[in-house]
Amino acid sequence: MSAALPAPSASPREAFLPNWPRRAGFVALALYTLYALSTLEITWARFVRGLDQGAKFLDRLWPPNFAPDKVAMMTEGMVESIQIAILATAVGIILSLPIGLMSARNLVPAWLSWIGRIIIALCRSFHPMIVAILFVKAVGFGALAGILALIISSIGFIAKLFAEAIEEMSMKQVEAVRATGASWLNVLIMGVLPQVIARFVGFSAYQLDSNLRNSTMVGIVGGGGIGATLFTAYQRFDYDYVMTILLAIIAIIMVSEIVSGWLRKVFQ
Amino acid sequence: MSAASPAAKPSAPLEPVAARIWRRFTPAQRIGRFAAYLAAVIAIVWSFRQVEVIPEFLWDAPAQTADLFKRMWPIDWAYYPKGVHAALIETFHIATLGTLLSLILGFPVALLAARNITRSATLNWFAQFLLVSSRSVNSLIWALLFVAIFGPGAIAGVLAIGFRSIGFVGKLLAEAFEEARPGPIEALTATGAPPLSVLSKGYWPQVEPSFWSVALFRWDINIRESAILGLVGAGGIGVALDSALNNLYWDQVGLILLVIFGIVIVTEFVTSFIRSRII
Repeated sequence: MSAALPAPSASPREAFLPNWPRRAGFVALALYTLYALSTLEITWARFVRGLDQGAKFLDRLWPPNFAPDKVAMMTEGMVESIQIAILATAVGIILSLPIGLMSARNLVPAWLSWIGRIIIALCRSFHPMIVAILFVKAVGFGALAGILALIISSIGFIAKLFAEAIEEMSMKQVEAVRATGASWLNVLIMGVLPQVIARFVGFSAYQLDSNLRNSTMVGIVGGGGIGATLFTAYQRFDYDYVMTILLAIIAIIMVSEIVSGWLRKVFQ
Repeated sequence: MSAASPAAKPSAPLEPVAARIWRRFTPAQRIGRFAAYLAAVIAIVWSFRQVEVIPEFLWDAPAQTADLFKRMWPIDWAYYPKGVHAALIETFHIATLGTLLSLILGFPVALLAARNITRSATLNWFAQFLLVSSRSVNSLIWALLFVAIFGPGAIAGVLAIGFRSIGFVGKLLAEAFEEARPGPIEALTATGAPPLSVLSKGYWPQVEPSFWSVALFRWDINIRESAILGLVGAGGIGVALDSALNNLYWDQVGLILLVIFGIVIVTEFVTSFIRSRII
């Protein structure tokens, strides 16, 4: 670098020099892929046989089964899933407010923020389905286990992002409110919340969507809702009924995306 | 949000300028917020009154929880080499291969969805439709479908993870493409570069950092997701978990949960290390 610039004609400069470490990385990735594919016994023959099977499967999925008793059973399950999602989101939001607040390092002492962070990390470490398995054992089969499991995952998501939002906010307004001699609660309500409430509503609306998706699944392990009906129909090869339930789930999720988009707009 | 301000104590008889009422929100905003609160309260009350909770089950919950941990406690470490290690490796393969598959399939869809690359509203809309439908189906449902097609095993898991992730990867990549600065692209087009060169030398260098960070982020999520796909028979450590649960071998369940916890922690460290060092 310290030497004089090379004469331009000495060696023609090459644009886009090859990056050997990167190429080595790609080769390693390709080798890994081949190795992993071989250990998983994923072969072309099996894939082709699967496609044949898939055609039969799709044939049995369609048309969906709209027999009245089946639809009534499905509606019951869907309503329970929706209730699970609503209650889990509501309780999750209420619990996330204090936990998120106590994890924000710019508002509370360090030891308290560590406790909050550990709670959040514990809530995030397991997939909601696994938490649901544990709650089914603890409180028995039914909607309550699903609600409790989804509360845990809601805390993990909302409280984490809420704490991050608080840490990113401007401290000037907080200091201004503090300078008026406001109490801690007033500082919170007048200085902190107005800055973060829009984002908080955003996370909560997102979590409502996510809880609705998961509440249709926790039934597979006994947590209530449509999942049990879906899985039973699947195991009985009632594929046309599976299709009915899948269509209902997709419809509900699209409606909930519209609702949460609307909520976000109202509170922006 | 309206804290009652204490009545201002009149210290000096200052004449108020004008009796104006200051409000933070327009009437439409206030009505919207009120409607949202009302809807939330109605939904919560309705759910609370309707949902079926059996109180008898709730009363013995502490005893059941204690029982759960008591049954888990002497954790069956001897089971790890026999039944867990291979399943753990398989979970890792499923997550990684599924992420690779979603990158391969998601990249062209992202190109179609990016409005500055594909200048056709119909194709953009079609790509968005693909992305939304991939996202709105839970990975467990994808797994159910692929288990029905390919039979139980890791292949269903890889495809489920891959198809569920297309929506995520494709959406974020399309956004990255749309944010690319047009300068280098115009410069390349001006030299008469063919579209493929514009893509590889104009767009790709700009998109590459976000491509890898999206891949890493999704891989992190997929490790967690692939741990449960086995509950519906799609391979990985979930199969071991499912059979331990069905046999009521809670000491094995405890071991598997610890292993899942361990791999989640390791993944978190690895991704944050890669993120800070490489990307």
